[in-house]
Amino acid sequence: MKLELRGITKRFGALVANDHIDLVVEPGEIHCLLGENGAGKTTLMNVLYGLYQPDDGEIVIDDVVQHFAGPGDAMAAGIGMVHQHFMLIPVFTVAENVVLGNEQTKGGRLDLDAARAQVREIASRFGFSVDPDAVIEDLPVGVQQRVEIIKALSREAKVLVFDEPTAVLTPQETDEFMAIMRQLRDSGAAIVFITHKLREVREVADRITVVRRGKIVGEAHPGASDAELASLMVGRPVELTVHKNPPTYSDALLEVSGLTVSDPGGAVLVDDVSFAVRGGEVLIVAGVQGNGQTELGEALAGLTPATGSIRLDGVELLGRPVRRVLDSGVGYVPEDRSTDGLIGSFTVAENLILDRVSGPPFVRAGALQLGARDEFARRAVEEFDIRTQGIDEPAGRLSGGNQQKVVVARELSRELKLLVAAQPTRGVDVGSIEFIHKRIVAARDAGVPVVVVATELDEAAALGDRILVMYRGRVIGIVPASTPWDQLGLMMAGVAPEGTVTA
Amino acid sequence: MSAEQTTAAQPLQHKVPEPGDARWREAWHRIVSGTWAVSLGAVILAILVGSIMIAATDEGVRAAIGYFGSRPSDTFSAVGKAVGGAYAALFRGAVWDFHASTFATAIRPLTNSLTQATPLIAAGLGVAVGFRAGQFNIGGRGQMLMAAIAGGWIGSALNLPPVIHMLVAIGAGIVGGAIWAGIAGVLKATTGAHEVIVTIMLNYIAFYILGYLLATPGLLQAPGSSNPKTAAMHPNAIMPPLLGPKFTLHWGFIFALAAVALTWWLLERSKLGFEFRAVGENPAAARVAGIDVKRTTVAVMLVAGGLVGLAGVTQVLGTTTTGFGDGIDAGVGFDAITVALLGRSTPFGVLGAAILFGAFRAGGATMQAAVGVPIEIVQVVQALIVLFIAAPPLVRAVFRLPQPGSGPRRTTSAEVAA
Repeated sequence: MKLELRGITKRFGALVANDHIDLVVEPGEIHCLLGENGAGKTTLMNVLYGLYQPDDGEIVIDDVVQHFAGPGDAMAAGIGMVHQHFMLIPVFTVAENVVLGNEQTKGGRLDLDAARAQVREIASRFGFSVDPDAVIEDLPVGVQQRVEIIKALSREAKVLVFDEPTAVLTPQETDEFMAIMRQLRDSGAAIVFITHKLREVREVADRITVVRRGKIVGEAHPGASDAELASLMVGRPVELTVHKNPPTYSDALLEVSGLTVSDPGGAVLVDDVSFAVRGGEVLIVAGVQGNGQTELGEALAGLTPATGSIRLDGVELLGRPVRRVLDSGVGYVPEDRSTDGLIGSFTVAENLILDRVSGPPFVRAGALQLGARDEFARRAVEEFDIRTQGIDEPAGRLSGGNQQKVVVARELSRELKLLVAAQPTRGVDVGSIEFIHKRIVAARDAGVPVVVVATELDEAAALGDRILVMYRGRVIGIVPASTPWDQLGLMMAGVAPEGTVTA
Repeated sequence: MSAEQTTAAQPLQHKVPEPGDARWREAWHRIVSGTWAVSLGAVILAILVGSIMIAATDEGVRAAIGYFGSRPSDTFSAVGKAVGGAYAALFRGAVWDFHASTFATAIRPLTNSLTQATPLIAAGLGVAVGFRAGQFNIGGRGQMLMAAIAGGWIGSALNLPPVIHMLVAIGAGIVGGAIWAGIAGVLKATTGAHEVIVTIMLNYIAFYILGYLLATPGLLQAPGSSNPKTAAMHPNAIMPPLLGPKFTLHWGFIFALAAVALTWWLLERSKLGFEFRAVGENPAAARVAGIDVKRTTVAVMLVAGGLVGLAGVTQVLGTTTTGFGDGIDAGVGFDAITVALLGRSTPFGVLGAAILFGAFRAGGATMQAAVGVPIEIVQVVQALIVLFIAAPPLVRAVFRLPQPGSGPRRTTSAEVAA
């Protein structure tokens, strides 16, 4: 089945999200749609899926013009979509989710046996296994994604759209996902793969179309270099690795010893972790997601009860409430900006002072100082290049990269004694990654100890001076940032490097 | 953060500045696509549906429908007469008595409406503060009763100098309401007990405490009486009339207006209100930002209860000063929820909505007395307002207001799951 988009235009008020986009997807190819966050990729796919009506242009399948009034029509025409945020019902089983909206009944009763058989059949066709009776919320994210794929395939989808599918996956899961995508292609499906991660594009794409600001700016060869792709995407040359000098250490010091975090059920998530970070260096905390890095970051910010000791310049932080941890000069960039970092309905200005209302300059005698707030917000927007209509725009309306810049701006414009950043560039476009990395390095060069939790090895290598690898809550080792990736990969899988000791 | 929002927002960055008339158009667009237009539309729709019910229950209309085939015009004029008469009576009872001979009597209905609005303003603010902070305070009734007990006891049993007596009684009522709501806040913060359940239960407890106090000689019951009713308030404790003894409007209205201003300042300009709103919108982010969510939860309920408590004392010290029974809350605690919804949980919105509802209360009685339309119609209209506010797309469709955005997020989850 051949899919063609001809001159698709979608406007939101005065804003053109898609500007005469032409796209052809042939069966048996993986067509990458590459672009920064907010370039209009998702809007385009929502038009294709019938969620938006295009203002102009047409969707053509096998030379027949289609009119999709809703996702039902698109599905019937053979288009399947795997969304960035999964559309699964957490308390239903795999089989129930797969048949949802397309239920087969036998004598008025749901025929779940047929659904189970279908799940097994599709899974075995692509060489992975999914228990049809497993409840979704018990499954890891990577498996949930496979359920989405099975769901699409069970409706005979011939065109599969993957919207940023790897944003939530670990490196291993990503590799497995790539393999599944290749299999789907080889079975004759047409695949649209939306992403902004360059490495993945080069790995699987047969064709690459680059979108920028709602327009197609060109096609690229799968053999193109990262730098070429990035500059096409952003519209200017981009530095993919941050230039940084060897660390110049200051007297500041973060000492963590015997740090242990348990969940309410008693499971140990961070197990007797000890390390030290000197002012002027970046320590990366790496590991496959779910090995305790997140909890370690939260413990440093005082968000999780923990035992052991966290001493910043000799002062014990452990056991202090969050407010006092922040007041001691700890800047914390949480892992998930939309739930923990920002209040979507608050304005940019309000978000920029969110954790700074404990006293002057933004609060005096219990009253907010709007003048000081707005002046600060204008400066921060300028300095951190936050693309917004104004400081009064709700933060939830900004693109992901700009939301992250708001969080980073807030945390970095305080008087810092320690910076803890958890996945500071997750879901952020290339241009913003470069910027955020530069700002973190600037904080390091100012003599602040920096701890960055990273799941991407690129980020670990780009930012770090040393890398601490965690596995099942324990420190596997602390190694220099120059350590080869295959060794880091082994450490992340739990294999302690020979001859290394905790540095 | 949904990808759809991202896409919609991004192109704003390279938006060109627009000429003047386009800016006005955009401003108008913002007004009509905002929630205020929906509130107004909901009120209009509810009144229209109310007219259908008035017509349907009217004797004259029913008689005329009997010979609709031969003389349809009779039916239409009967409908017009019934609906017009009812709403004219409502207007006469709520705003301006056009039958009156002097200005003072003509304007009296409006002042009655404001008197009725007074407790609705204060209690509406209490519910609205809860809404803004993510808490559903259904305990307005219990908080008002506790405020009435505290304020009523001070007002009837003590003997203090003028003004001071009133202020002490008001203070006691506010504290009474605050403590009663604060119980729900503390339970939520410490044990996670849901405030809806707790406040509802506290309503019953307050009701029966008041019943006990009213029925037991030597407590709140008027001395020498066996009725479940308190003694009259001491003259020094009574909120003086605002426009002289001919009008019911009292100083409680001024206190309610002051509460509107204070609540606005609290929510929009104070650190405490900032924390209230932050916790209400996103407690996770508030916690990461160092806001003590539990303490804020308790503070929200204290403030909300205090405002509802003010409503309770204006009843006791302003409206029913000759002693009160267990019906002193007059349903205000529940109407306050509607008022807060209609007012979009903003202080000035609550003020407007409370005055509208006060007018309904004041005019409903006149409507029943003058044209025999049951007062329940007014309550149905109030209920319909809530119903329409809960369904903004319906209101927008009826009045052809632009739907905000295209609601991609909701469509996505609903339709994809379907």
